[in-house]
Amino acid sequence: MFSRTWQRLSSVVLSLVSAPAAMADWELNMPQGVTEVSQSIYDLHMLIFWICVWIGVVVFGVMFYSIFTHRKSKGAKASQFHESVGLELLWTAVPTAILIAMAVPATTTLVEMYDTTDTDIDIKITGHQWKWQYDYLGEDVGFFSNLTTSQDEIYDRTAKGENYLLEVDKHVVVPTGKKIRFLITSNDVIHAWWVPEIAVKKDAIPGYINESWAIVPEGQEGLYRGQCAELCGVDHGFMPIVLEAVTPAEYEVWLVDQRAAAEAEAAAALGDFSHEELMTKGAEVYARSCAACHGVEGAGMGNVFPALVGSPIATGDMAAHIDIVINGKSGTAMQAFAAQLSEVDLAAVITYERNAWGNDTGDTVTPKMIIDAKQ
Amino acid sequence: MTTATAHHDDHGHHGPAKGIMRWVLTTNHKDIGTMYLWFAFTMLFIGGAMALIIRTELFQPGMQLIEPEFFNQMTTMHGLIMVFGAIMPAFVGLANWMVPLMVGAPDMALPRMNNWSFWILPFAFGMLLFTLFTEAGAPNFGWTFYAPLSTTYAPSSVTFFIFGVHMMGISSIMGAINIIATILNLRAPGMTLMKMPLFVWTWLITAYLLIAVMPVLAGVVTMMLMDIHFGTSFFDAAGGGDPVLFQHVFWFFGHPEVYIMILPAFGIVSQIIPTFARKPLFGYASMVYATSSIAFLSFIVWAHHMFTVGLPLQTELFFMYATMLIAIPTGVKVFNWVSTMFRGSMTFETPMLFALAFVVLFTIGGFSGLMLAIAPADFQYHDTYFVVAHFHYVLVPGALFGIIAGVYYWLPKWTGHYYDEKLGKFHFWMSFIGVNVTFFPMHFIGLAGMPRRIPDYALQFADFNAIASVGAFIFGFSQLIFLYLLIKTIRGGEKATDEVWEGAEGLEWTIPSPAPYHTFAEAPEVK
Amino acid sequence: MTDSPKTSFKAGKTALKLVLAAVAMFGFGFALVPLYDVFCEFTGINGKITGPVERVEQWVDTTRTIKVQFITTNNAGMPWEFEALQEEIEVHPGAWTQVEFWALNPTQKDMVGQAVPSVSPSEATEYVQKTECFCFSQQTLAAGEGRKMPLIFALDSKLPPHIRTVTMSYTIFDAGAFAEK
Repeated sequence: MFSRTWQRLSSVVLSLVSAPAAMADWELNMPQGVTEVSQSIYDLHMLIFWICVWIGVVVFGVMFYSIFTHRKSKGAKASQFHESVGLELLWTAVPTAILIAMAVPATTTLVEMYDTTDTDIDIKITGHQWKWQYDYLGEDVGFFSNLTTSQDEIYDRTAKGENYLLEVDKHVVVPTGKKIRFLITSNDVIHAWWVPEIAVKKDAIPGYINESWAIVPEGQEGLYRGQCAELCGVDHGFMPIVLEAVTPAEYEVWLVDQRAAAEAEAAAALGDFSHEELMTKGAEVYARSCAACHGVEGAGMGNVFPALVGSPIATGDMAAHIDIVINGKSGTAMQAFAAQLSEVDLAAVITYERNAWGNDTGDTVTPKMIIDAKQ
Repeated sequence: MTTATAHHDDHGHHGPAKGIMRWVLTTNHKDIGTMYLWFAFTMLFIGGAMALIIRTELFQPGMQLIEPEFFNQMTTMHGLIMVFGAIMPAFVGLANWMVPLMVGAPDMALPRMNNWSFWILPFAFGMLLFTLFTEAGAPNFGWTFYAPLSTTYAPSSVTFFIFGVHMMGISSIMGAINIIATILNLRAPGMTLMKMPLFVWTWLITAYLLIAVMPVLAGVVTMMLMDIHFGTSFFDAAGGGDPVLFQHVFWFFGHPEVYIMILPAFGIVSQIIPTFARKPLFGYASMVYATSSIAFLSFIVWAHHMFTVGLPLQTELFFMYATMLIAIPTGVKVFNWVSTMFRGSMTFETPMLFALAFVVLFTIGGFSGLMLAIAPADFQYHDTYFVVAHFHYVLVPGALFGIIAGVYYWLPKWTGHYYDEKLGKFHFWMSFIGVNVTFFPMHFIGLAGMPRRIPDYALQFADFNAIASVGAFIFGFSQLIFLYLLIKTIRGGEKATDEVWEGAEGLEWTIPSPAPYHTFAEAPEVK
Repeated sequence: MTDSPKTSFKAGKTALKLVLAAVAMFGFGFALVPLYDVFCEFTGINGKITGPVERVEQWVDTTRTIKVQFITTNNAGMPWEFEALQEEIEVHPGAWTQVEFWALNPTQKDMVGQAVPSVSPSEATEYVQKTECFCFSQQTLAAGEGRKMPLIFALDSKLPPHIRTVTMSYTIFDAGAFAEK
């Protein structure tokens, strides 16, 4: 009932305003989402909304009636009544009753949202500047999840993809039909993890652990996209979330695959790589993990993030360069990438930085050097 | 004493001193009111320019105009300037002009402190705006400056920010002290508290709120200063502190602060509607009690800004219930305004248009506020554009329209000229259209999932963002009409009578227009 | 300009009282800091656990076991290896248990770390008793040094029945700036 009227209204508005991108929707309302909790929240939202609409209709109705009827130009004469205890009591009591009525379903829903008991799966979520890290407790699976939208798309150099700003390299995969507990914290500043379709939003606070939960019902397998919801610095708008709900069977397979991939990566670090292979991979890693701050062409960003082109670190002592990438630089936004990137990726990206954009040191950093540096 | 003062101010003349030193040294409440108002108007344009930069960047997905780093500086500075530089000083300016006139006092209780209260502000904001041109850039952590983003991870301008906040706070506190001292001690004989105009009542209550919470703001920025420079760890878990403590202390200030920004507007509207309806305000006593209830309640609702922080269940429920309760006295006020109109004999001059728009649009902002109060639903609204829509509705067609209404209402008294009514109405309609085209779509994009404080967004948010940006330009440029109108009216126009508006009641309408430099040297009789 | 000396005196008195009120509220702002801790301790919220307790042998509730998880986080700029040697154990409420954590400083400099505890669900915080925890004090590790750090704890026998899992989280910070002399 609600949405049809609004759709008609919005098509009127549409015809008055030339809409730029054909891909943009005219979303007017909160999603109902796919979980019971998200549906309860949606229902609560609509209930309060309708109560407000009806109160508005009555109050503004009286007001507009008055504006049209009680005007001097129509010869209205002003009455002088100016108080009524009875009326004041009435319009204090009635809103109070309405509010109490609202508070009941609100309380029930909130109590439900706070019940994190008896979960099947626990996922620790750590917010970083500016990406999310996921660890599946007891499963030996953990990874970082970075935005994959390219700088070229962001700066209007190429066309924007369908999931512009809402796509990542690694999805957080969960099984349907199971109760999932999210343990949320932060590595640096306050972030917030939010996926609207499952109605989970919780602040990620450094030093403290917050929790939330969700059950994605069986049959609701799919991709659900969310964003960081607390200002956390420069790239606050560029650290999205993609939750992938799969069947329990697929989830088990995925866990096995993740462990295998991690092992393969560790093993690969012991192998040999040519300079060209490292450069190719390095360019990929750089685009995904470094370009957002250090610039697509290594030019940095103003005074905030240093340029790598011709930088003393990227063209100077190799050990110092490796150290700063692996261990970060305390007191700055440069993180310790040892936890985030495999030894192969680390070797590749450092090799790339030392040779791209005219840096041309001719150096090759191998994964074995990274392993040694980490000792 | 009177003779000595006459020598001191006037050198024997009845009028003000000449030249720029008049303004630097003035202790006259009318002069100081005028300075506050022009200062606030200037800050409105500066903050407004920042808003237009923001809305231009957000006109389309993608980064076209500025970098994300500068965008964060714009959103932060826009908030700080509008809250502390535009809205609050504008209300103080109106208080300075009108409170002594309304209570029949010759001036504010502490005129020299009044001068300092004003002159601190240009220095404070000069310092804050200067940071935009430094290498480190302006503050970029949001006007709510949560730790540790604003402590451990802040640019060096944070120290200037802290000093600026201290200065603004001192200015506000001194202003509030002056207002209370004036209202409690300088009322003309016969003006009991329950005979005071509503604008005076709302300012009395606002002044108490200011004294209660501005020092807490000073406390929290001092704690920040200590964490940043003196090795303490109020908000740093590494040293035993807590980032959430910051939020509690900040919002203990922050929630009463938003009532500080709206209560005087309630007072203004409560003066204007009875005048143009030619009918007394309905439920005067009830309005006083409702305003007082809102003020008391404002102290116990702060954590509704923190529903997603991880509060324990009982705490979250308490703050939800307390926040919902504020709807009651607020609703009572709206009903009283409508009852004032009902069976009145209304005309629709510009002040009345702004006041009526206030009633409707502030109420819409109140409705979204009630929705936000519902904690479970807030998990989907928090930190989205739904919140941005809510607070812009209560602040722009709320507080700002209240201020503009007051300016139109009292301008003939200040200048001695009626303003051009056609131009005033044009300004109104352009502002009304602009404000709704800008902020109504924000409800939708917020519900659809667009977070706050992001410089770029996913494609499904594009259309409404484009509309909002167009609206912002309409609204912004419409204020130039107001600027033109103000200057035109100051310079000339149809001569205004003492009463100015048929149906206007109150001591301020018993003196000539323009108001003489010194008024009520002899206390008037109040029946 | 005021009407008379009497009024100006009264106005001055009002002003003085309000100045005192403002100063008091400034003090109140600072008082909120310890008040916050007092409130947290009193209600056990915010996952803030107070210092070591006396080991008291209490009744062990063998009718149920609680899953206790241990998770660790490194704060930004803290490059230590830091992990729980047991990720998950089952305990009876009331039973004293010891677990161990591993910390290693891989850098070339001596460093001081501070671990900050946090418990989930937060209502379980008041039921966690510890006699020994590396989180009670700063830990100094020389360059390249690593060691095991014990945690001895018990869940109060009165742990409410609806709590069946307790997650204990430790975040390690570089506490060099706050190093105790």
